Amino acid sequence: MESNTIVKEFHYTAKDFASDQDVRWCPGCGDYSILAQVQRTFPEIINKPKENIVWVSGIGCSSRFPYYMNTYGFHGIHGRATAIATGIKIANPKLDVWVATGDGDLLSIGGNHFIHTCRKNLDIKIILFNNRIYGLTKGQYSPTSLKGQITKTTPYGSVDFPFNPPKLALGAEATFIARSIDRNAKHLQEMIKRAGLHKGTAFLEVFQNCNIFNDGAFDLYTDKETKDDHVIELKHGEPLIFGKNREKGIRLDGFTPVIVDLTSGHFSVNDLWIHDEFDPSPARTSIIMSFDEREGFPTPIGVFRQIFKETCEEGIENQIAEVKAKKGEGDLKKVIYSGNLWEVKE
Amino acid sequence: MENDKDKELLELREVTIRFAGDSGDGMQLTGTQFSDNTAWVGNDLNTLPDYPAEIRAPAGTIYGVSGFQLHFSSEDIHTPGDQPDVLVAMNPAALKKNLPELKPGGMIIVNSDSFDQKNLSLANYTTNPLEDGSLSGYQVYQVPITSMTSRALEGIKLTPKEVARTKNFFALGLMYWLFNRPLDTTINWIRQKFAKKPEYVEANERALKAGYDFGDNTEIFTTRFSVQPAKLLPGIYRNISGNEATALGFLTASIKSGLPLFLGSYPITPASEILQYLSEYKNFGVKTFQAEDEIAGITTAIGAAFAGNLAITSTSGPGLSLKSEALGLAVMTELPLVVIDVQRGGPSTGLPTKTEQADLLQAVFGRNGEAPLCVLAARTPSHCFDMALEASRIAIKYMTPVILLTDGYIANGSEPWRLPNLDELPEIPVKFVKEREGYYPYARNEYLARPWAIPGTPNLEHRIGGLEKSNIYGNVSYDPENHHEMVTIRRQKIMNIQNDIPELEVEGDVDSDLLVVGWGGTYGAIKEAVNKAREKGYKVAQAHINYLYPFPKNTGEVIKRYKKVLVPEINLGQLAYMLRSEFLVEVIQYNLVRGLPLRVSGILNKIIEVSGGNNGK
Repeated sequence: MESNTIVKEFHYTAKDFASDQDVRWCPGCGDYSILAQVQRTFPEIINKPKENIVWVSGIGCSSRFPYYMNTYGFHGIHGRATAIATGIKIANPKLDVWVATGDGDLLSIGGNHFIHTCRKNLDIKIILFNNRIYGLTKGQYSPTSLKGQITKTTPYGSVDFPFNPPKLALGAEATFIARSIDRNAKHLQEMIKRAGLHKGTAFLEVFQNCNIFNDGAFDLYTDKETKDDHVIELKHGEPLIFGKNREKGIRLDGFTPVIVDLTSGHFSVNDLWIHDEFDPSPARTSIIMSFDEREGFPTPIGVFRQIFKETCEEGIENQIAEVKAKKGEGDLKKVIYSGNLWEVKE
Repeated sequence: MENDKDKELLELREVTIRFAGDSGDGMQLTGTQFSDNTAWVGNDLNTLPDYPAEIRAPAGTIYGVSGFQLHFSSEDIHTPGDQPDVLVAMNPAALKKNLPELKPGGMIIVNSDSFDQKNLSLANYTTNPLEDGSLSGYQVYQVPITSMTSRALEGIKLTPKEVARTKNFFALGLMYWLFNRPLDTTINWIRQKFAKKPEYVEANERALKAGYDFGDNTEIFTTRFSVQPAKLLPGIYRNISGNEATALGFLTASIKSGLPLFLGSYPITPASEILQYLSEYKNFGVKTFQAEDEIAGITTAIGAAFAGNLAITSTSGPGLSLKSEALGLAVMTELPLVVIDVQRGGPSTGLPTKTEQADLLQAVFGRNGEAPLCVLAARTPSHCFDMALEASRIAIKYMTPVILLTDGYIANGSEPWRLPNLDELPEIPVKFVKEREGYYPYARNEYLARPWAIPGTPNLEHRIGGLEKSNIYGNVSYDPENHHEMVTIRRQKIMNIQNDIPELEVEGDVDSDLLVVGWGGTYGAIKEAVNKAREKGYKVAQAHINYLYPFPKNTGEVIKRYKKVLVPEINLGQLAYMLRSEFLVEVIQYNLVRGLPLRVSGILNKIIEVSGGNNGK
């Protein structure tokens, strides 16, 4: 497990990470908050010369992100951000590689690359800007749009079931999975930090409001009146408690989560489910990720899971070192002048 | 090994053999072993593996027949031979499928044990061809290969199935005897391959020697043959296939450029071997990434190029289609990248294991927008090595994607390769920008190439991507005048490569009226056809284009010098189309799209026809 306290050798400010390009998202877009929180967080977590940071994206509103970061950046093609990032990371493992992507880019056209990046455990940080809509193409439904959602291509409501992105990442064996909300700046900063300090594929889903094509999609989780009853903040080692007066808890009955009233006198904090980010088994993590599929349950935010295993690029580097140790440094002449040779004389 | 004094030794100039059997009979291995042996004794050779797409089609069926043809000679040869002189048929289906191709009067060696009722009916024979007189026009040798092999292996602890699997070595041993060959290359191979399984070494060696001894002792063979070593250029040689030469070319390019090699690739026939070969060179620091799909193959390579590697991706036709959009990204971001397309029969899945030349227009034009890039083609198996180096050099110098076209025939086929002196191969210069002073992502040098500034370089942080860039500065730009300028610059940069490549050479009768123009793997067949036409008294010139986009500078001038231009291709006229539209000349086409290399005789007949028949000499 890595410590969150690091001895800083390089001192940057938020401004060091802002490029000279005018930001061109719609006024009021949730993307501004994500950009601001990244720029504010980076001075805390970046502990290497900043020329070693690369932002990669695909296509969509969120994918303009690299232009606004004063780091190396690659604005790719639709869906391929994680594959491009994979190539960069394998070519030069010393680089910190970040991906900014959207629900269409990552989960629809880029779904294949996403699951394989998670499976291989590339040390890449993926921030999913999930607004449950196609914004840049002006309002068609996305793979996270809700069933029944009215959009330009679903005038009678979407008949599709949406993806639950953290569950998809879990199924693909991502080693770090978290969720946050654009309007919860403090929490978002904390999650960016955690993702940035993880070694391995870090997947961070951010609920991001598109105020033009899907305004208010996450109001339930951000409005003062409703958020406490509809959001549960996961904290490692702490019981699952939510509600305006923190009066509701969640306990696990077999494989079934149950909401209990902590004021009833029947249950105390000691009866509740204690969140374990480092649980190696995906079973309980999957139950938490599915809370909002149950009537009356809150939507979880925070770190669902963090485990550690060899990263893809480590595996590649280690293997190269092993083969070199065994066979010796490659000798081109030996390889080319091999097999059954014969000489033709003058 | 001593020669049997009783038997006649007949010297031949050239021979074409075809080995044919079930997909599981090991015919590709037999052919490869015979090829390596042929190369080692110093003959010139050329091979054509021809196998079905199904890995193990039902045994005994015609569509499950796998073949390997090789042509060897004491002289310079360039093709696998139009028609075999010798057919080795391991079962009735192999005989049925290959007999029509055999030369009249040719030699047939059959495994007579396999001509039972079941196999005969699987091959749709109503009567046994060994008995019904239908083979009277050929010299037929019936050899009970299966039973003789199991007799030779008596006493070795193997299952009957394992015993049966060694019968291809019996056939190989017999052929070694017939062509007066030493067994050493194959014995060494067996000992290396099965080092951990002594019983397999014993079994395969015994089968091989039993086949050889059978030739020596039996009375059915009265003559054996010998082909003298070819008079090749002095040097050290080895036998090489196109795919291995391609892999070695990129390995060499990595060393000559000092750049680590990255290959992103998805397995596809007939290109997978390139990924397999390069995966072995880990001790050179080569990074191979078997991607989740063709698109990830190229996009990981683009990422690796951005990060400063020599980045390549290998594929075949359908894979090139999938890579099209990403190729446009590489054009727009102006990163060095090489795509190898080992062409196969198309469209769609087409003929996965067969050869074709029908991806030329896709390679040159197959992208959205004005997306010019450099297209090269290799002409023979060993030429793949040279073109891999050339593709890498151009990609790096001009900061551009390059497509290298090979094809199934030269990729799987093999020929003797005169090994290069590695010290004499030129370095590939690479210049990473380090200085902030005067750096702009889309500033350009004298060749119009933009600077390569890789992540990790201080103070050169910049952003690139698929959106149109402002000239010099590289910021996103939707300005109409800028777009026109950038489209023009990107094309001019590619055209500048013309100044950097060899002129188109003409071989044969330079001052004739007829020029035969080809590209890629048809080189050998065209060359032999032109040579034969000249032997018959026709005046013919040949030019073979290695650089398809841009064409060598003198291409138009060369073509316009001739009254008639004949363009043989394994497509419906793609180079012909380009020559017409580029140079406004009429060309005569010769097209056969059978999934097989062009035959020398077909091209020769066309040359005679366009030369005015027998009066055209």
